[in-house]
Amino acid sequence: MVKKVLGDRRAIATLLLPAMAIYVLAKLVPIAWSFGLSLFSGNPLRGFKFVGVQNFVKFASDPAALKATQVTLTYAFVVTIGQVVLGYLLALLYLFVLKNASSTIRAIVFFPTVLPTVSVALLFRGFFAIGDNQGPANSLLNAMGQPSLEFLGSGMGTFFVAVMMELWRSMGFYAILLYAGLVDISNETLESARMDGASGFRLVRHIVVPLSLPILLSSVIFSLNATLKVFDGLLALNNGGPGTETTPLTLFMYLTSFQYAEYGYGSTIAIALTLLCLVFTLVIFRSSRRDITQN
Amino acid sequence: MRSSLRIRNQIGRIFSVAGIVLLLIVVVYPQFWMIAGAFKTQAEFFNNPSWALPESLNLDNFVLAFKQANLGQMYLNSALVTFPSLFFILSLGVAAGYVLEVMVFRGRNTLLLMFLAGIMVPGQMILVPLFMFYFRVGLTNSLWPMIITYTAMGLPLTVFLMATYFRALPREIFEAATMDGASMIRSFFSIGLPLMRNAIVTVAMVEFFSIWNDLLIALTFTTKSSLATIQVGLLAFSDEFGSIQYGPLFAAISMNILVVLVFYIFLNRQIMAGLASGSLKG
Repeated sequence: MVKKVLGDRRAIATLLLPAMAIYVLAKLVPIAWSFGLSLFSGNPLRGFKFVGVQNFVKFASDPAALKATQVTLTYAFVVTIGQVVLGYLLALLYLFVLKNASSTIRAIVFFPTVLPTVSVALLFRGFFAIGDNQGPANSLLNAMGQPSLEFLGSGMGTFFVAVMMELWRSMGFYAILLYAGLVDISNETLESARMDGASGFRLVRHIVVPLSLPILLSSVIFSLNATLKVFDGLLALNNGGPGTETTPLTLFMYLTSFQYAEYGYGSTIAIALTLLCLVFTLVIFRSSRRDITQN
Repeated sequence: MRSSLRIRNQIGRIFSVAGIVLLLIVVVYPQFWMIAGAFKTQAEFFNNPSWALPESLNLDNFVLAFKQANLGQMYLNSALVTFPSLFFILSLGVAAGYVLEVMVFRGRNTLLLMFLAGIMVPGQMILVPLFMFYFRVGLTNSLWPMIITYTAMGLPLTVFLMATYFRALPREIFEAATMDGASMIRSFFSIGLPLMRNAIVTVAMVEFFSIWNDLLIALTFTTKSSLATIQVGLLAFSDEFGSIQYGPLFAAISMNILVVLVFYIFLNRQIMAGLASGSLKG
């Protein structure tokens, strides 16, 4: 009788169908639709023309697409490494230096995580250059006897500011994520390692790091997944520029679809981006699995 | 030997204090600088060094920002999009998580996996078809496209997290309730929901910030300026006036920071816990 109630079809339908309906209609169907669109060129006003895999061929040889892929990959790699390393250092700081007194500092360092990216990008834009008055970053350079730099005037400079900005925004988040993993390492393990004479750097290197590898790996996966989708930061910071120097795949897709109304090609770019996320997640997941089984 | 150890300890302490102070400066100073800028006049921006404090604390820039950028309308739009989306995500997502974890029927694991698969897919993958669809059914020029899209994008993570939280509850609770004659819908409302209160707050935090701070969806479905959310409007305001009038722009950005700060001061514990547990989201 319990089985029957637990499997009550009317209850299942009432509670599950609304969520299913929205999810299927506004997520799954559009995903399938995008795959379909990628085989066409044009838009609703001009009409669509079936072109087969031509959009994919175009993507592979389009300098703009390759540039955007390169921007996305470089950004994702650099920021992921930075986020995880900085986050881990902060987590170690919280755990071993600040100990129980760290909750206020944790909260302060975390705060930029919840700030709107648009605000943070505009803040950094001003911080590195506001018109003739060059912003505190250049004031600092001048104070150290260096000439001012036009950070947002070059692709490299913009990229540098974008990376700094994202690290500033998210290091507190990764610190909390990794700190939660570090706290789980039992005090007994740490104590016995200390009794054996491990301390400071060696304790971290030989005991703490190996034990926190799983959480480090999931942070890397999470971070790659978020940074491969970078959009608002680079758009608000310098409009993907100068030129298209810092235009990632997400922004390239957006402009292709909504500025140039190339719906088919836009969908092709979206598919490429999705595949990129999928491939990286699977590769890291697989390699981490192998490590665990080997040990 | 002893005293050299003590000196080493003291040097270590000085280094860590210096490191922590530096960390706090790096985190806090840019925000402080932005808010200070909201009180500067145009002349101060041009004549004083960028790190100088404002000469007076008047609110002219804020008033100008509200007038020129129509900030009030934008905050209203943001609220009108965020809270209905949150309501739909939570009510539909919690119910679905309950069914997929507590109830017993064939195919529920497949359905859960199907929701899970949606977490990683980037928003770009659904934008164009949705744009065409909303246009066809005449929803463009309203806030509905944003609300529907945010709901669809927020559901996978919510369903997945809620299913995890329901898994942690002992099944006996629900079995006992059925023995007492409660229907599953009734035990959802009288047992499931009350027990999930904290979990719901946690998920609400994750979804609130991802919607309130979003630019991609809002930018795509803002077909006229009166529909702009605060993030879209702020970007437009910066493009239009950013290089002419720094004061109002800084005031508008500061407002955007301060609104979140007020939330954060009261709820930082829940927010930090929530975002860390929602870290699956891409």
